[in-house]
Amino acid sequence: MSSIFLYALAGVGLFSLGLYALIVHAHLLRKILAINVMGSGVFLILVALGGRTAGVVPDVVPHAMVITGIVVAVSATALALALVLRVQAATGRAELPEEPLE
Amino acid sequence: MNVAGRSHQITAFRWGLLLLLSTVAGGLCYALLSLPQQAVGLSEQVSANMEASGVQNPVTAVLINFRGYDTLLEMAVLLVALLGVWSLGSAEAHRKIDPEPVLSLLVGGLAPMMILMAGYLLWVGANAPGGAFQAGSVLAAAGILLLLSSKRFPVRLMGWPLRVVLLLGLGAFIAVGITLLFVSGGFLQYPSGLAGALILFIEAAATLSIGVTLAALFLGGRPQAGPYR
Repeated sequence: MSSIFLYALAGVGLFSLGLYALIVHAHLLRKILAINVMGSGVFLILVALGGRTAGVVPDVVPHAMVITGIVVAVSATALALALVLRVQAATGRAELPEEPLE
Repeated sequence: MNVAGRSHQITAFRWGLLLLLSTVAGGLCYALLSLPQQAVGLSEQVSANMEASGVQNPVTAVLINFRGYDTLLEMAVLLVALLGVWSLGSAEAHRKIDPEPVLSLLVGGLAPMMILMAGYLLWVGANAPGGAFQAGSVLAAAGILLLLSSKRFPVRLMGWPLRVVLLLGLGAFIAVGITLLFVSGGFLQYPSGLAGALILFIEAAATLSIGVTLAALFLGGRPQAGPYR
């Protein structure tokens, strides 16, 4: 198995770890961090799969899309953080209310 | 419900979740591994059209030329994110903190170098790794360092000059696109010969906008000084 698939599988691992943390943690800051980890996994998969060309030069289209994606992820994170600050100002806490398990 | 029963339920929930997520991860791994070992993707089309793109760096060619729509819409996403942050409230009143002397000294030396670096990255993006996004990020980092060191930006720049710079990237992109719609008959269809200059123009405007937008996002709200309070 080539190293490309190793990177892509690591991306799947990052994505799954992030998804787990997103579901388990009630604190909103942790959820934002989890979404960022998930996004990094997706970027890693995209960049890795772009390297499957025969020559030395990888497929640049996924690379360009990842550059775009990183900037969008940063701005979405900033918006999410501003929303968390508003939630904290309105409710006094930056967590989701804990639902009783039934 | 007693405490023991609740913690038992949480443990059961976590194990179930782990099982579910392992299934998801396993399915994703299977899907990845069943992809062909070698795939050409779009690389042949990109290299076949590099001559006409106006730049030598394929990533820049894809970003501004071949898939210009993506980048155009992405500039809009940046702007919408900033509008969202601004609509949530104004930035906290500047706390009067005396910055550490080391930070103050470092920022004073670093910020001009970072601005120079951003210019270099923008220029080199035509034929080597670099370009508007990298340059914009360095510019944003310089702005954030300046904000952290409590350097105040002049109040008169916080009103419409700030808005003009924020809109510059998207505005230049749309203006070039619409002009080309009439000149060469296609939105963002660069005429050969002019493509390099137009790409540099769009990238320069986008660099400024990206840098200032990211730094403004860091403020976490609408800047307080300004006529549109």
